[in-house]
Amino acid sequence: MALLTARNLSLGYDGQTIVEGLNFTVNAGDYLCIVGENGSGKTTLMKTILRLQEPLGGEIVIGGGLKRSEIGYLPQQTIVQKDFPASVREIVLSGCLSRSGLRPFYNKEEKRLAEENMRRTDILPLADRCYRDLSGGQQQRVLLARALCATRRILLLDEPAASLDPIVTAEMYSLISGLNKEGITIIMISHDITAAVTYADHILHIGKEIFFGTKEEYLESSAGRFFLQEKPVGSGETDAAVQSGEASQEGGGENV
Amino acid sequence: MFEKLALYLQYPFVRYALIVGVLIALCSSLLGVTLVLKRFSFIGDGLSHVAFGAIAIAAVLNLTNEMLLVLPVTIVSAVLLLRTGQNTRIKGDAAIAMISVAALAFGYLLMNLFSTSPNLSGDVCSTLFGSTSILTLTSREVWLCIGLSLAVMAIFVVFYNKIFAVTFDESFAKASGIRVEAYNLLIAVVIAVIIVLAMNLVGSLLISALVIFPALSAMRLFRSFRSVTICSAVLSVCCALIGIIVSILAGTPVGSTIVVVDALAFAACWIIGTMRRG
Repeated sequence: MALLTARNLSLGYDGQTIVEGLNFTVNAGDYLCIVGENGSGKTTLMKTILRLQEPLGGEIVIGGGLKRSEIGYLPQQTIVQKDFPASVREIVLSGCLSRSGLRPFYNKEEKRLAEENMRRTDILPLADRCYRDLSGGQQQRVLLARALCATRRILLLDEPAASLDPIVTAEMYSLISGLNKEGITIIMISHDITAAVTYADHILHIGKEIFFGTKEEYLESSAGRFFLQEKPVGSGETDAAVQSGEASQEGGGENV
Repeated sequence: MFEKLALYLQYPFVRYALIVGVLIALCSSLLGVTLVLKRFSFIGDGLSHVAFGAIAIAAVLNLTNEMLLVLPVTIVSAVLLLRTGQNTRIKGDAAIAMISVAALAFGYLLMNLFSTSPNLSGDVCSTLFGSTSILTLTSREVWLCIGLSLAVMAIFVVFYNKIFAVTFDESFAKASGIRVEAYNLLIAVVIAVIIVLAMNLVGSLLISALVIFPALSAMRLFRSFRSVTICSAVLSVCCALIGIIVSILAGTPVGSTIVVVDALAFAACWIIGTMRRG
């Protein structure tokens, strides 16, 4: 069942095209990773899926009875949020806004939902703590719980592991992977190509070369081979990433 | 001292001043948190200077009810200023600085060129620092102020959750189907109304203090959006009351006395907050 289908999509802003000719399908239960160089249009694509901006050409078709407001979104953190005086509970509850419509206050059901999602992301003990006092990983969990309040079916994550240390990054990825196993469709932007090929089952590579297909196909493609060799440089995880990147590339090669 | 106060309270103009002062302080503190967090602390200043320019025009045109001109002009400027926050061609702070000084200069120039009053500098000074206008309110102005304040409070309570979401994370709010532009517009209009109201109390130069001091003080002490909002409202009302009473008893200018009390309260909150954390 296709939840999202992109047909011949062109993206950009201020009339400048960044990417054109994008075609891909996301089915219920998929785990899609969007990879590509900085500035290749990954975030723009996500914003287009969310209708935060219009595509320059082509279309995104939503299927499977999915409503626009049923897409959970985890954006990149903004500077404003870093010292925002709000409790974890308040932030998670704000994920219920699309349900509450014009009703001014949250009802019992929505409060219960917020509680349930805080438990799912392991932040229930932090419910009354202030957001700005939390660690980076905890803050991301809060935003993930908020996104979960908005959806039961599909999550869009914009670099959920940016600026997290390796251990917290691994925890974050396994949490997301667990949600995927529970049946939530995941679309994730990632710089971390190793994580992408470890957890995702589909890869969309955008840039000079465009690739869409399963992880196995990606590992054999020219875009995938090139990207895995290049990546990543200058981060603390360089060695591990390059090693496991090579390992999975070899693994892909053996399947031929 | 209390006898003197009781004596003053018998005069209706003193009671009016207290009612209006409390209401304005309450309203101006409500959106303070949002403005500080959205990095719009100076919008109060910019808008009040625009209102000053509009008052000058009203004076030149000899309008009897200057509100009719001042309120719409201020609302339009507020909408334009919040727009530039999203459009990066002129950055938010630069746009505010530009509009605010231009309106100030324009207003003063107009008042000078077409002066209708014998005491020009007195007029300008009282518009800028709100020296005595709060003690000369008519009952119609008081009712207008009560009505607008109640409207502001009702809007704030009804849209509280939406305002929170729009302040914390515009992209997420937009993605969950909230009409962010509409709420930004609403915030802009409400701010403009508050500014025009508050000019009566503290004059146009000191309005920013009324908007941001209570919010900043509350942010030193509390850690959730709701408690920060409630605390800033309470602080703002207390400071306004103390300021008005002190100014009546000591004969000091109302506006600057309130702002000084606000500043002292901020210093106290800052010290308490630092000690608690340290």
